[in-house]
Amino acid sequence: MKAAWKEKAVKLLLLSTASTTILIVISIFVFLGKEAGPFVFEPGLKELLSTRWVPVSFQKESFGILPLITGSLLVTLFATVLMVPFGIGASVYISELAKPLEREFLKPFIEILAGIPSVVIGFFGLVVLVPLIKACFRLSTGLTALAGAILLALMAIPTVISISEDAIRSVPTSYKEASLALGASKLQTIWKVTVPAALPGIIAAIMLGIGRVIGETMAVMMVTGNAAVITAWPFDSVRTMTATIAAEMGEVAFGSVHYRALFCVGSVLLLATFGLNIVAQKVLKKHRVK
Amino acid sequence: MNVKNRKYVKKITLTSLLVAVTLTATSGCARRGDLTEGEKRFITVKGSDTMVHLVSNWAENFMQKNPDIEVSVTGGGSGTGIAALLNGTTDICAASRKIKNKELMLAIEKNIHPNEIVVAKDGIAVVVNPQNPINDLTLEQLANIFTGKSTRWSDVGGPNEDIMVLSRESSSGTYVFFQEMVLKKQDYMADAMLMPATSTIIQSVSTDRWAIGYVGLGYALAAKDKVKILAVKADENLPATVPSEQTVKSGQYIIARPLYLYLNGQPKGTLKEFIDFCLSDEGQAIVQKTGYVTVK
Repeated sequence: MKAAWKEKAVKLLLLSTASTTILIVISIFVFLGKEAGPFVFEPGLKELLSTRWVPVSFQKESFGILPLITGSLLVTLFATVLMVPFGIGASVYISELAKPLEREFLKPFIEILAGIPSVVIGFFGLVVLVPLIKACFRLSTGLTALAGAILLALMAIPTVISISEDAIRSVPTSYKEASLALGASKLQTIWKVTVPAALPGIIAAIMLGIGRVIGETMAVMMVTGNAAVITAWPFDSVRTMTATIAAEMGEVAFGSVHYRALFCVGSVLLLATFGLNIVAQKVLKKHRVK
Repeated sequence: MNVKNRKYVKKITLTSLLVAVTLTATSGCARRGDLTEGEKRFITVKGSDTMVHLVSNWAENFMQKNPDIEVSVTGGGSGTGIAALLNGTTDICAASRKIKNKELMLAIEKNIHPNEIVVAKDGIAVVVNPQNPINDLTLEQLANIFTGKSTRWSDVGGPNEDIMVLSRESSSGTYVFFQEMVLKKQDYMADAMLMPATSTIIQSVSTDRWAIGYVGLGYALAAKDKVKILAVKADENLPATVPSEQTVKSGQYIIARPLYLYLNGQPKGTLKEFIDFCLSDEGQAIVQKTGYVTVK
């Protein structure tokens, strides 16, 4: 009797902890919607589609989020391009080719990289990477989308490596043995059998990496120059959505149009990561069935 | 006024801010009404975010000397502070701008007599890379550069290179002040890079040869060999003035603003003690330490 009651209590407790997460996610959606909502009526969604982001002005304020979206996209795109080969290459090496001693050495260092606070990485970028980019490409300044992309790739690579390494390791040994028995070389086995078998895990790892890249704030804010211009050129300065929120939220008047506009930016950001998660899960599911 | 000091000050300010917040939260307003003006034990200061560092430093030192008086300091912006003064919810308002006519009218309506006291000055220095041959610019040239009308250094008498414009983030009071004073209320150019902190402007100007930016005078002086501080001419025909404590104090250097404390009527009792402290040698030493310019 007593035991049954206890069991029920524990079950309820666990259920409530599990549903808290859902509740928090829903309330974040509701909160964002509530704060951003009034923007639809005053000054209207059309304002968001303008190409200029000038939140403080004596002339006319304008809240076009297009430059911010393209800024985030550009940085994310280049970060992904850098992140994928490094992440996959390193994870293949660590899980398949590295000697145990090398692995013992490599893994902690990768984990340390994952643990470095983004402000520190941003500072490193500002002092080391930005002048380096400036010198390499003979630019007038190194504060560019490329600098942001490199830093973000640096921050996301550990995530990609550890998750895809797990995925590659969990490929059954029978697959590899079968391949080797058929006369395939070690390299052929890795690229034709192991990696394809681990692909869903690797894709999930990349998606998570992209998620981190889109959401990262501090490091990008310090090195991208934050000029709100629409551009596809990696050597231009860009302003990302996250940097905009971080830089402006602190001093914005509560309930003002600017305040609402920042919440609109936040909503777009949330929808983007939400969409990314859905896609990642779809991909995972599709491959699992196969 | 060196970098080390600034960092130290920042730490102090954070703690004092925390103290101030707790004080506001715990002290409440119940006791305020019981005391007459002369024996006030709580002083509230509200207003400019630019001045929060400065005022909390004053408050902390003042409370150390007068343990029975509590001073709470909150930011929120000059406008918020003036509104609070008019509504009677703060004793002193810290403002980095003069009270507007509209606000003054409102004050008279509410039978409040804002009394303006200049407690410090804040100079804004325009900085370029030490390798840049330009030494001085007129206000108009500066406006053209920051609004994007002049995009090459050759437009303002320099070499044929692109100008890289650096600005503070739009949330900064300095951004608005510079926009009002130098840009004559025009918008900054869209390509201007917005830096999250003064230190990133200094860092960027010191490495990027054709960059230009503006920072508080204290920071510019502290970074002396890393950046070149430009002299500014109010007009083509007037002599160029290099910003310094003396030229800001005397008003010769024009990109400077006074920092005010406003209160209702003449200061009395503990309010007077606090304001006297701010203007005292000790208080003005704090002004210097936090990177602003003294008024005495």
